[in-house]
Amino acid sequence: MNKIKCECGHINPEGTVLCEACGKPIEENQHIDGNDEKKLLNMRYDGSARRSQTYRKSIIDKIWSFFSSVKVGVWLIILALIASIFGTIFPQEQFIPQEAVSRDPAIFYEDRYGIWGLMYYQLGFHHMYSSYWFITLIALIGISLVICSLDRFVPLFRALRNQKPKKHKKFLSRQRLYSESINVDDSDVDKLVQGLKNSRYKITEEDGQILAEKGRFSRWGPYVNHIGLIIILIAAILRTTPIMFTEEYMWVREGEQRVIPGTNNQYYIENKDFILETHDRNDERFQEAFLKEEEIASNFQTDVVVYEAKNADVVGAEPELEPILEHSIQMNNPAKFDRYTLYQQGYQLNEFENMSFHIHEADDSEEKSLGDFTIDLSNPESVYELDSGFRVELTNYYPDYIMTENGNPASETDFPRNPAFVVTVYPPDSEEGEVSFLGVGRNIDATGENQYKVAIDNAEFRDVSGIAISSDRTLPYFLIGAIIFMIGVSQGMYWQHRRVWINKQNDNSLLVAAHTNKNWHGIKRDIEKAIEDTNVTMVKDQQELDD
Amino acid sequence: MDLYSVSSGALLIAFILYLVATFFFGGAIRQNKSERHQKTKAGTIGLVITIIGFASQLVYFITRWMLTGHAPVSNLFEFTTFLGMSMIFAFIIIYIYYKTAFLGVFALPLATIIIAYASMFSTGAAPLVPSLQSNWLHVHVTTVALGQGILFISFVAGLMYLIRQIDQTKLTFRNAMLEVVIYCIFLFIGFIAITSIFNALSYQATFEVEMDGQAVTAEYQLPPIAAPKDSTLLSENVMNPWFEAPAWMQGDEAGRKLNTVIWSFFAGTIIYGIAFLISRKRIGKRLHPLVKGVKPDMLDEIMYRSVAIGFPVFTLGGLIFAAIWAQLAWGRFWGWDPKEVWALITWFFYAAFLHLRLSRGWHGEKSGWLAVVGFAIIMFNLIVVNLILASLHSYA
Ligand code: HEM
Repeated sequence: MNKIKCECGHINPEGTVLCEACGKPIEENQHIDGNDEKKLLNMRYDGSARRSQTYRKSIIDKIWSFFSSVKVGVWLIILALIASIFGTIFPQEQFIPQEAVSRDPAIFYEDRYGIWGLMYYQLGFHHMYSSYWFITLIALIGISLVICSLDRFVPLFRALRNQKPKKHKKFLSRQRLYSESINVDDSDVDKLVQGLKNSRYKITEEDGQILAEKGRFSRWGPYVNHIGLIIILIAAILRTTPIMFTEEYMWVREGEQRVIPGTNNQYYIENKDFILETHDRNDERFQEAFLKEEEIASNFQTDVVVYEAKNADVVGAEPELEPILEHSIQMNNPAKFDRYTLYQQGYQLNEFENMSFHIHEADDSEEKSLGDFTIDLSNPESVYELDSGFRVELTNYYPDYIMTENGNPASETDFPRNPAFVVTVYPPDSEEGEVSFLGVGRNIDATGENQYKVAIDNAEFRDVSGIAISSDRTLPYFLIGAIIFMIGVSQGMYWQHRRVWINKQNDNSLLVAAHTNKNWHGIKRDIEKAIEDTNVTMVKDQQELDD
Repeated sequence: MDLYSVSSGALLIAFILYLVATFFFGGAIRQNKSERHQKTKAGTIGLVITIIGFASQLVYFITRWMLTGHAPVSNLFEFTTFLGMSMIFAFIIIYIYYKTAFLGVFALPLATIIIAYASMFSTGAAPLVPSLQSNWLHVHVTTVALGQGILFISFVAGLMYLIRQIDQTKLTFRNAMLEVVIYCIFLFIGFIAITSIFNALSYQATFEVEMDGQAVTAEYQLPPIAAPKDSTLLSENVMNPWFEAPAWMQGDEAGRKLNTVIWSFFAGTIIYGIAFLISRKRIGKRLHPLVKGVKPDMLDEIMYRSVAIGFPVFTLGGLIFAAIWAQLAWGRFWGWDPKEVWALITWFFYAAFLHLRLSRGWHGEKSGWLAVVGFAIIMFNLIVVNLILASLHSYA
């Protein structure tokens, strides 16, 4: 490597723009930071040698330079931004409304939004954020961020460690804040230094030359926050693996005890009660809101008991259940055990639990019972033998009955929300059955010649809770990443790296120059305060706004 | 006097005080040049009035909290009012640090417009649905508003920079674009004016609309120019609609929203036209002398610094606290919901802004445009996403 020796004696790495020690511009490298075109020096990385700006020949150099360019980084961010905007024009596929004509994206988008919807769907914008190219874009931002940070952190660190209080005049005079004073005596300089000390500057003195510096640690802020972002991206990648993240959804009825999916039969849940509460309609404060809405829910809650199966691995054995947790799961108050969290996510009120019937003679106006039976709707039997000798065969069961377009009965879901049955009734000692169709508010005699009729006596209802079960081991990493990010941005934004160089020249003039990475107002005030009652000239702001 | 009138009275007082303070700040910038960046008497009076106004708005906030039993940031009126309040707060902080009376001339009226805009929405309180009953929600919303309030200052400084620096002597693309930005502010004023007028008249027109085979009613508070799709007008003695909302606009509210937008354009354009006729100049040109005495460097610095200060606050509130709340309520900390995506877009945008500032050539005017666009994104999230995109699915 071609090290560069400065006239001050310091040996700089190849590609250095400003000598690490004395700041003198290194003639042949001024184009790198554009200093050759401007009066003021570019102080962003203190003129340190960055790999990306120094080696540009091999393929690796080129890739490195590409990703370490802030311009490229900004372009990637802008592309991600634009893609995100496109993703919000129409709803993403997971938000296709329940009542839509079809929840199939191939139909929904065109049906609702016409030709634009069709294009949206065909371009794949309906699952924008899980598309490969969007994920690639985010990954590229991650790569860019790592390379960019490495490219600058090490040289910047070196440059700030090696800096000397004595700076070259060319360096000082090309700072944004600069002044020359003549006839300043040492007591004035002492006052100035004391003043800066009072503003908590750290003073380094060497051969009578002075550097006052404060808040250097804020220069590491961006690197810290980028580390936070990287941790978040890694957590997001981990989250795609089943070891780190699983999610299941279950419906559990009141009184029912079921195995919790996704837990390898280790845990069971019992739904003791589902509670839906609403706000008081008569509450005077909220009269206006109740004009628009009939009911406003105030609480969704499932009281559950979670059991652990003690012998879950013994095949075929009845599990031995031990209660480990009782909890009222509410929104904003999930239940937690082991590595699982249970969230209240849905409910279904008044699902049929069972229905009871009795048989009577079709022409008996008093409907005298000839025997009764009860169907458990979540667990119906195929044949019911009545004490009176009647036999009822459950020929067909539609838990959620609808009539399809071509006139056939069917069940829309597996949940007993609107149960209907086809039963065959066998009178005592008879092999000849009579077919009837039963449903809520329906009792149809298939042939019109039935001797017996089945009547609904009673139905019992219960609520069903929709519970999401998730096991997410990545959450701590996201949280740590977010905390590190916040520490990094605060460090970089709420503190600033301020430096004031105070150099006495051989001709006895005093040069004062200052630099900060942000908040120029603040550093000017510091200097103004420190030079009060001295003969030191206030620094002049030499900034040229580029327009 | 009941709590409700205390609360709304305090808000009204705050509103008036902000307007009064604006005039004092205006007085402060008519000083001669040497005093312009120092404390001035008018500036100090302006600040004191602003602080009293802010205190009054705090009274509104606290009494309303007591009244409803939850932090008043849970509907559009409450949130937007709070946003206006945090803009004022951010202005006070910046003023104390930079002593910038000139900033008040623009910041206060704009924040006041936001508060007036908020009051056009239903001010009735609604009880909280289960998903909203979380302290994290309140922490999230207040932090977001605070971050946006600080970013608002960067918009104000950016706008002033543009008015100050763009050559107004001849018509160019740049000052035409600036005029468009100013015109957009007039649309807000138009919306506020027209809504207030017809509210005062208690105007009402009712439609019956066919929605998914059911008849529902749609209430208009403005004379119907655009009727809902497939509707019949029930009210008598009201204006006959000129046309129906197009079919691709969904929902029973679509017609009313479109109608409001049309009226806002209509009223905003008229008010802009009147302002134009009175000043007989582009408004940007008219405002130019107001900011002539301000150092552009100072505006550039404030514009950048307020992004630097506001960005972390916005990240904390808009992304991190939001994620924590979503995790507790729904078991998913991120769901690519339009509201969330637009918070992310805002975040991306300001991240890009900060990175562009690292290179030369992006200071000054270009930064000014970025500050304006950034705030436009925030407003888009507040208005369009809340009223149009987010209504495609319900939140809770
Ligand atoms: C969305 C993702 C990103 C966020 C939120 C982010 C955030 C930040 C923040 C807040 C700063 C401090 C800026 C300042 O002090 O004014 C910063 C600095 C920086 N970022 Fe990023 N960044 C992101 C992506 C990137 C990418 C992709 C690159 C690579 C090209 C990059 C390169 C840099 C550089 C070089 C600095 C300046 C470091 C210094 O001042 O020493 N950032 N970033």
